[in-house]
Amino acid sequence: MEHKKKEAAVVYRQQQIAAGIFDMWIETSIAPQAKPGQFISVYTQDKSALLPRPISICEVDRKNSRLRIVYRVAGKGTAEFAGYKPGQRVDVLGTLGNGFPLEKAKGKKVFLMGGGIGIPPMLELAKEIEGAASVDIIVGYRNNELFLSEDLAKYGQVHVATEDGSAGTKGNVMNAIASEGLEGDVIFACGPMPMLRAIKQYAADKGMEAYISLEERMACGVGACLGCVVKTKEVDHHSHVNNARICTDGPVYAAEDVEI
Amino acid sequence: MLNTKINIAGVEFKNPVMTASGTFGSGMEYSEFVDLNTLGAVVTKGVANVPWEGNPTPRVQETYGGMLNAIGLQNPGIDVFIERDIPFLKQYDTKIIVNVCGRSAADYVEVVEKLADQPVDMLEINVSCPNVKHGGIAFGQDPKCLFDITKEIKAKAKQPIIMKLSPNVTDITEMAKAAEAAGSDAISLINTITGMKIDIHKRTFALANKTGGLSGPAIKPIAVRMVYQAAHAVKIPIIGMGGIANAEDAIEFMLAGASGVAVGAMNFVNPYTTAEVVKGIEAYMEQYGIENLRDIIGTV
Repeated sequence: MEHKKKEAAVVYRQQQIAAGIFDMWIETSIAPQAKPGQFISVYTQDKSALLPRPISICEVDRKNSRLRIVYRVAGKGTAEFAGYKPGQRVDVLGTLGNGFPLEKAKGKKVFLMGGGIGIPPMLELAKEIEGAASVDIIVGYRNNELFLSEDLAKYGQVHVATEDGSAGTKGNVMNAIASEGLEGDVIFACGPMPMLRAIKQYAADKGMEAYISLEERMACGVGACLGCVVKTKEVDHHSHVNNARICTDGPVYAAEDVEI
Repeated sequence: MLNTKINIAGVEFKNPVMTASGTFGSGMEYSEFVDLNTLGAVVTKGVANVPWEGNPTPRVQETYGGMLNAIGLQNPGIDVFIERDIPFLKQYDTKIIVNVCGRSAADYVEVVEKLADQPVDMLEINVSCPNVKHGGIAFGQDPKCLFDITKEIKAKAKQPIIMKLSPNVTDITEMAKAAEAAGSDAISLINTITGMKIDIHKRTFALANKTGGLSGPAIKPIAVRMVYQAAHAVKIPIIGMGGIANAEDAIEFMLAGASGVAVGAMNFVNPYTTAEVVKGIEAYMEQYGIENLRDIIGTV
């Protein structure tokens, strides 16, 4: 039974895996319920920084009740997390949001697309997808620091794009699809907004289904504050306006349902 | 036997601990963390006569010891609220205070009239939202306007009303007196303090709305001061709020003159805050041999 809670988790292991990118495993009782595409809120110990940082779940170790998060240091909160050592306490709230609709992959040629710090949630997703006709994992990086690409390669064919052209296709994930002539039926994606907009357009043009994971500034993470909304095509069932809560109704949406 | 009961305008609360409007939805989301039966009251997110879209994103930003929000009072409108949120809250043994927002006197009155036959205990009138152009802030910053709107709403309301005051005024006592003179049964304060944050990397406003309301522990001393001032200016009961993070903070507000206390932004930081404040108040009473919590109100 899935249940949200806030608790003191314990850092199991942490390492830096690229410039500004950290890879942390934590032990927490919420780990077994985690689904690909869900996220956790991570709280700083610095009480001047009140709000939790929403971070996507990269990998789940249900047997040992551990979660892996891979995050970019973007400010003082994530800089604090980056300094955590094994055994140290880390306050988390989770698991939050709905995951990717795994069932949509059955019998389909699947694209898993991640851009930058949107790559991490693709790993658990790649692990848990079952019965797909094929799995192409298309990932975009700034440079040849190809974090997580080896992990991803265990679960599908990895295609790399880099902004500086130092590895794979020069450009972004859309350039990689074009240059490698990839074809698919359904897309699962997470990444920066320009990438998600391009994917929404691409999927519409090709008549593909696309499920995209969004992010926004959040406060509560549980659907109460209405801080993190996205414009929706239809009136949202909860809010009764064209705004849905990313933390609770998302973060994954069918691309055609959201105005981004 | 500890007596934590508090009476506000004839309504008896099992304890003074409430939720600050807009930080707790209608309780649904936080019922997974907190037993709502343990709270004095749930104060709902503001509801208007019709659904409101709210502001564009980003709507929230962190600041030192606090946060800015400019949600813009997104709400589903009173009809959905009556059909969905009130029945949900009625499952619990807690008082229901509905926060009412509007762009005009007629908007407020429409909501208040629709709530007349509903099983709600009190109405909190939001005349102090800084984030929507006509979110009532105009009513809450001028004593004459506040007097008029209070009188109009009071004439139509079937439940006791609480006027929620804005801190964005020169003299809070003038506003408190205006609400009292117009017949408000209680007042609550403070709403958020208008603030701004600039993203120096993007060289733009951190909130899409440019300005937002500051809340959280950063504003607590201002809130305590205003509750104290208001308590010495009026006889009607006060519900105090502004950065309450624990029982010590709540007791500070009560000593300053608040009969009720509401937890706001700290719900986001620790979803168990409300329940912890209830427990902590009891521990304080035991520590100091206080039998009736109401005896400490306004004693400083």
